[in-house]
Amino acid sequence: MGALAIEVPYWGQSLLRVLGGVVAVLLPAGAIVYLFLFKMMSFMQSRLGPMEAGPYGSLQLVAEVGKWMQKEDLAPDHADRSIFRIAPLVVLTSTFLLVVIVPFGPEAYFTNFATGIFFGLAVASVSVIGILVAGWASANKYSLLGGLRAAGQLIAYELPMVLAVIGVVIQAGSMNMQQIVVVQNTESIFGIDWLGNPFIITQFVGFLIFMIAVQAELTQAPFDMPIAESELVSGYMTEYSGFRFLIFFIAEFATAGVFAFIASVLFLGGWAVPFSWFGWDSLADVPGWMNLVGPLIMFSKMLLLTFVIMWVRFSYPRFREDQLQTFAWKILIPLALANTAITAIMTVVF
Amino acid sequence: MTVTDRQQLSYIASQAADARLNVELETEGMTLNIGPQHPATHGTLRIICRLDGEQVVWAEPSCGYMHRGYEKLTEVRTFPQVTTLINRIDWLGSFANEVPFILAAEKLMEIEAPPRAQVIRTILFELSRIANVSLFLGDLGVQMGAITPVFLAFRDREYVLNLIEGATGGRFHPNFDRIGGLKDDLPKGWIDETRQVMRKLQQFCDTIEDLLFGNEIFQSRTRGVGVIPADTARQYGLSGANLRASGVDWDLRRDQALPMAWDKADWKVWTHPDGDSFARCWVRLQETREACKIVEQLLDQIPAGPVMTKVPRIIKVPEGEAWVSTENPLGEMGYYVVSKGDLGPFRVKIRSASFNNISVVPWVLRGVYVPDVITILASLYFILGDIDR
Repeated sequence: MGALAIEVPYWGQSLLRVLGGVVAVLLPAGAIVYLFLFKMMSFMQSRLGPMEAGPYGSLQLVAEVGKWMQKEDLAPDHADRSIFRIAPLVVLTSTFLLVVIVPFGPEAYFTNFATGIFFGLAVASVSVIGILVAGWASANKYSLLGGLRAAGQLIAYELPMVLAVIGVVIQAGSMNMQQIVVVQNTESIFGIDWLGNPFIITQFVGFLIFMIAVQAELTQAPFDMPIAESELVSGYMTEYSGFRFLIFFIAEFATAGVFAFIASVLFLGGWAVPFSWFGWDSLADVPGWMNLVGPLIMFSKMLLLTFVIMWVRFSYPRFREDQLQTFAWKILIPLALANTAITAIMTVVF
Repeated sequence: MTVTDRQQLSYIASQAADARLNVELETEGMTLNIGPQHPATHGTLRIICRLDGEQVVWAEPSCGYMHRGYEKLTEVRTFPQVTTLINRIDWLGSFANEVPFILAAEKLMEIEAPPRAQVIRTILFELSRIANVSLFLGDLGVQMGAITPVFLAFRDREYVLNLIEGATGGRFHPNFDRIGGLKDDLPKGWIDETRQVMRKLQQFCDTIEDLLFGNEIFQSRTRGVGVIPADTARQYGLSGANLRASGVDWDLRRDQALPMAWDKADWKVWTHPDGDSFARCWVRLQETREACKIVEQLLDQIPAGPVMTKVPRIIKVPEGEAWVSTENPLGEMGYYVVSKGDLGPFRVKIRSASFNNISVVPWVLRGVYVPDVITILASLYFILGDIDR
């Protein structure tokens, strides 16, 4: 924390990071992303979207949270009460554990694990447990079908996601998120160094696989078979109401945002600009003001990627359960394996 | 032992092996009630499914949750009052419900509407078909998870509803058809307006074709799913696009001589050889286009003259029985009217298309997966009011 010139004890730093992260980054990010997506979706569907709450509907999220908090916290008679209540929190926990690994600047991060992306992929799969127990504990046939579909789907699509990330890890030579950012902004592509080396160019196949897997992990169309509102009513969320439904809802949007953050770190160069623009040589040269500019850069990249995620979501019909399993096991995983192999060979050759 | 004997024995052996395997793998089934309150049935239809995993072993539609007793209610009303009731049967294409009843009454009275009224009737009939089927085309996406087309469908259907409102005064329930003609003539400027709207609707059909029918996921969800062969379709009494999608070239607008103006326009009856969900949706899309064409052509051919023949002030229909059916948006819709010479009908039997169309559901749903249940139901396209009456 040398750049800030104030000596803060370690626990203070951690607390500042968490508070600053939640208040300054996550809440406004959530509100703006929510509004942006709803407006975007409305314009795609030739309607205005939320217009009543606040100027141009900007306070819609506040209004909806207020509405949901007032509702009664219902649980079905035959539901397994305690597990039914915990399930949404498990899903939300997975989201919050995931955001921990995202770096927003040279020092603006929650933690800096040496194996950051490994941790991220591990905690991302915690949400499966929440969804599965939500489906099982609801004592509802639709919820059960939704929960089982979700479990099958999330497990199937974790594999191509991991394999797509391996390509990045091979190229960066590290699992540390900060190191992945630095490598992308200091290296060059075939001698051209003004752009750095964002992995979206060299790992384009990996990027596509990663984004498809993210879409499936978020259970969004065309992979929204677990929710499938036209057949399973609302899948594993059917019996939830009030703030527990809100937690599922927030977790869904927040996870979309967090996965977009992770994708922009892995493939779009993260918070940094190419170091050659300002003559920096390494992470130590990056000045303190990047701690403020970095989050903005990350935020714009995140908006771009969530736009893509939601664009696909609003446009496509959904796959059938067996079709999406076939797609994962017969197309995505072989493709991701081939991508990993080619990346490894190219890394050795060059 | 001949070859056929050996084949037969090996077949029996394989069946027995399958049966043993099935007994070993048998799991507890689950009965799933899809409906009466369910987002997919857009009304109160209940489908009882017995599931093995995600596979439907047995399915049965259970209707009657919205039965309103229209057949009985008509008996206590006079002939002109009946149209108010019956245009609520298929509420999305309500003008088309009035026409066959009025034609049946006219047949009993041995009168015919003047040529101008016949053409306007046909135009309004086709407009209600467009309003009905365009919503189907949008709803199709929602049933499969694509939420955008339905908003486009609602937007463009609104133009058609505005036209119907402009001519009749009612958006949903026009109640415009009268025994012997129509209530009113068309308002000023309506014909030009209709021409523009028909162009918009043609564009809407193109958009839906691009958005949905060209989509690989949509095709993989519908092609080869819920195949109804032509024989089965005939046996279950399917009609309309569901029958034409099975390759049966049958359209009452063309095959029947009625005092309507369909023969004055140049149009085509589309069929599809496949009989699957995709075929049913595709035939409906083409049907909407043909309906636009019919309207566009008939707009140029509206003859001058009155819109009402001479009918007595108090209508008494002579004693007799008449059956008239027309090709409604959902399929064949007919009324069997029995009159005893009173002010109102003695008995009316309503043959609505959706009731017969869902009778094939137990047959076609056997062995499909739960997601396909929704696709097949969506492609069969029923309106709850049309099932339960």
